Amino acid sequence: MNTQSLSKVTIHFAGDSGDGIQLAGSQFTNTTALAGNDLSTFPDFPAEIRAPIGTVAGVSGFQINFGSEKIHTPGGRPDVLVAMNAAAFKKNFPNLKSGGIIVLDSAGFDKKNLRLAAYDESSTPIEDIPKDYQVYAVDITKLNREALKDLSLGSRDKDRSRNMFALGFIYFLYSRSLQTTISFLEAKFKSKPEVLEANLRALNAGYNYGDTIEAISRFKVAPAQMEKGEYRNITGNQATALGLIAAAAKSGLELFYGSYPITPASDILHELAAHKNRGVKTFQAEDEIAAVTSAIGASFGGALAVTGTSGPGMALKTEGIGLAFMLEIPMVIVNVQRGGPSTGLPTKTEQSDLLQALYGRNGEAPIPVIAANSPADCFSAAFEAARIALEHMTPVILLTDGYIANSSEPWKFPQASSLAPINPPIVKADAQYLPYKRDEREVRSWAIPGTPGLEHRLGGLEKELETGNVSYEADNHQAMVKVRDRKVRLIAKGYPAQKLIQGPPSGPLLVLGWGNTLGAIQVAVEHALEQGLAVAQLHLKYINPLPEDLGTILSAYERVLIPELNNGQLARVIRDQYLVDVEVLDKIKGQPFLAEEILEKIKSLVEND
Amino acid sequence: MTEPNSALFTAKEAASDQEVRWCPGCGDYSILKQMQSVIPGLGIKREDIVFISGIGCSSRFPYYMNTYGMHSIHGRAPAVASGLKMANPNLSVWVITGDGDGLSIGGNHLIHLLRRNVDLNVLLFNNEIYGLTKGQYSPTSEMGKRTKSSPMGSLDHPFNPLALALGADATFVARTIDRDPVHLRGVLETSNLHKGTSFIEIYQNCNVFNDGAFLSYSDKKQKGQHIILLEEGQPLVFDAGKKGIRLNGLKPEIVDLEEGFSANDLWIHDSRDATKAYILSRFFDDNFPRPFGVFYQEDRPCYEEQLIAQINHAKEIQGETDLDDLLRGKRSWTVD
Ligand SMILES: Cc1ncc(C[n+]2csc(CCOP(=O)(O)OP(=O)(O)O)c2C)c(N)n1
Ligand code: SF4
Ligand SMILES: [Mg+2]
Repeated sequence: MNTQSLSKVTIHFAGDSGDGIQLAGSQFTNTTALAGNDLSTFPDFPAEIRAPIGTVAGVSGFQINFGSEKIHTPGGRPDVLVAMNAAAFKKNFPNLKSGGIIVLDSAGFDKKNLRLAAYDESSTPIEDIPKDYQVYAVDITKLNREALKDLSLGSRDKDRSRNMFALGFIYFLYSRSLQTTISFLEAKFKSKPEVLEANLRALNAGYNYGDTIEAISRFKVAPAQMEKGEYRNITGNQATALGLIAAAAKSGLELFYGSYPITPASDILHELAAHKNRGVKTFQAEDEIAAVTSAIGASFGGALAVTGTSGPGMALKTEGIGLAFMLEIPMVIVNVQRGGPSTGLPTKTEQSDLLQALYGRNGEAPIPVIAANSPADCFSAAFEAARIALEHMTPVILLTDGYIANSSEPWKFPQASSLAPINPPIVKADAQYLPYKRDEREVRSWAIPGTPGLEHRLGGLEKELETGNVSYEADNHQAMVKVRDRKVRLIAKGYPAQKLIQGPPSGPLLVLGWGNTLGAIQVAVEHALEQGLAVAQLHLKYINPLPEDLGTILSAYERVLIPELNNGQLARVIRDQYLVDVEVLDKIKGQPFLAEEILEKIKSLVEND
Repeated sequence: MTEPNSALFTAKEAASDQEVRWCPGCGDYSILKQMQSVIPGLGIKREDIVFISGIGCSSRFPYYMNTYGMHSIHGRAPAVASGLKMANPNLSVWVITGDGDGLSIGGNHLIHLLRRNVDLNVLLFNNEIYGLTKGQYSPTSEMGKRTKSSPMGSLDHPFNPLALALGADATFVARTIDRDPVHLRGVLETSNLHKGTSFIEIYQNCNVFNDGAFLSYSDKKQKGQHIILLEEGQPLVFDAGKKGIRLNGLKPEIVDLEEGFSANDLWIHDSRDATKAYILSRFFDDNFPRPFGVFYQEDRPCYEEQLIAQINHAKEIQGETDLDDLLRGKRSWTVD
């Protein structure tokens, strides 16, 4: 048996939604992280919770890309496909790299499974795989039952550990230790010794199966050269939650999170609800309108108030966000974008709520918009959104999306002491308090109910400059609209200088991105540079107000390409703001970009010149 | 907190410097005046009092109180106030809403507030009309009402606000009226003592778009026969003591106290009895006098107290994780 060294591997686990695919995937992820590889993962959930068993619609997937080199995306076409049934194979085989490795449970290809997967019953998909693929067609179900035969569990319960058999086999193939998963199983099934035993045996049986069939070659992926420090693995939604908790701690405020469950944002609510011991107050409201308005109340009451949702919920929050803007109170609104419009594609990703975030309100109501660009980046984006909200007394929209929300990557987490304190302009006493008097940044001060002597009334009606009293006066309204706009624009003064991610400071092409496209663009531009194309990359975190130096950067390139998972929304904004022409690469398929798709577009633009 | 009823500030200090802009003769003036006279004596510091309203004529109320306040958006005051109370349970929070604001656009928030039992006082100014938008029928307007938006008469069956509140398991339900200052003040004081959501329907005359809607309950000559004042532990009598209500099983009946019936036969008001409260709430047509006073009250833990208790419990059993531990999580590794 020989062991081959690889610098990078992409594995796609797939099976029925009841097959424990997400668990197997996350276990492989933890083991891989501890082995020192860089990695990126992406779960692909079926749209229905209980889609019919065995059908293509019911296939759940989990992809991991890991390596001894820097990893920027969950990988394009996988090198390895693990398919627990015919439907999983049918859905994912076309994506597999040609000549790739396939591990499948042959028991999942019987007549019934073929029928459910809408194959012809007489077809033989396993035999039909072209010869250049390396196929491990293993009767996992049978071997696993065999390994557990003396346990008293029923055969359905026994079959539930098939995922561990498959995982054990993959661990063998990639020369991994079982220890992380063994410890996990021991903790998880502490109170169910039989189930624990079944899972441990399945895991070992899978591993040992690899050992006994000999013929195969194993692989090794050496640890990556990661920056020194302490790491953990984190998903985007977890990172968003932690960023908010950290911002509350750094501002000395309590965190209030009002939300109504919606995919793919609910995990932020779940995560925050688990941190009551840090004083986090979560409120599952009756709808998104109550979620945002309860946050407005909490903000008035002196909390770091946050509301989170996805597209349709964002639509319902619109009027409330307008009120928060008019009141000039701090609030963070998280939109974990999903495919739209309307209910759209709840479990799929998209970047199509950008224009809604920027413009989706009645009246002149500019609101700062920040976009997170990777799972771990959600932490700093959420922290930054809260900082701007609190220090500038404004609602801030934080855009993440289903892809980075559910994906995970290693995160070199910061020391709490390295996070800058956040200083909201709270007033404690003022002989002549004027609620809408402003400082040089046009920011008003924050008097919190309970503070003696600062009693005042706020409202959604237009206010008189400084006093905040209701005013219908014509010139006052014009002045107020202008001052609120200026206040938001002044936030850009506090941004760091924009830095190219790679490439020359001027030239034929700049690839400009925002949000989750960072990793795919990075890989594409890296390849383009390797191939001698003079392409540069810039990625926006701040979308409103735009960075003041962006115009100069854009003008240094002959062309600008914006790849986005929508019909060209940032492109419209850039054209509007800078009067530059922009090439758009749109993808509106519910899936993130593959680096090769962007590379191809880059080549078509630069090589034609 | 200081002893209740020792005024902490004057009624004049309770009024803001803003000019009150309701139509002359509007019932809102009376409610504002009673509030300004009651609130200094509740034992609550001015800085701890907050009025939160939605949108409507009635919802201008917070601008006129010299306390903290917010005029929010249409129908959402219950949610705004809930968030505020969760953020700071020490505040005394009053929700001001109208029949359109609270029962139409904001109906959902109102019922959820009532079942959660956040410690707020909700004053629903019911004028059976949309005042601010100039006179369309509202969810409490009677069927067949002719307005600009219902020239042939409204087709909507009206809400019975108190029955709705009881149906949502409200823990304090009362009715009062703008034209009876003494009664109004009494209900405001009692509601303030209740821990949990107090729901108070206030009949309020809109003299511009629905004048006289409640005349039979306020007019000196008529009201005797048309109203019944609920008093704890007292028999249900009306019409200057000439008539009373008795319960025949679960069926209420009007009896004549001058002809064979005495106070001993009558229904004794017990605001802790949910079934009786529900029957009283159904005194909603012309066959029975309209009850005023506290229909129902119940002690049930309030929402924000339980939230704080959960937080304290979590702190006790898990300890307050320090931020570094939280960021590190349960499985970290070091690259050196
Ligand atoms: C979202 C929204 N829709 C509609 C309106 C218009 N509007 C303002 S007040 C109101 C009805 C108010 O009726 P009610 O709550 O009974 O208050 P009243 O004026 O009678 O005191 C309406 C429809 C609004 N301000 N906002
Ligand atoms: S319209 Fe009616 S409710 Fe509104 S202020 Fe005038 S009288 Fe009062
Ligand atoms: Mg009304």
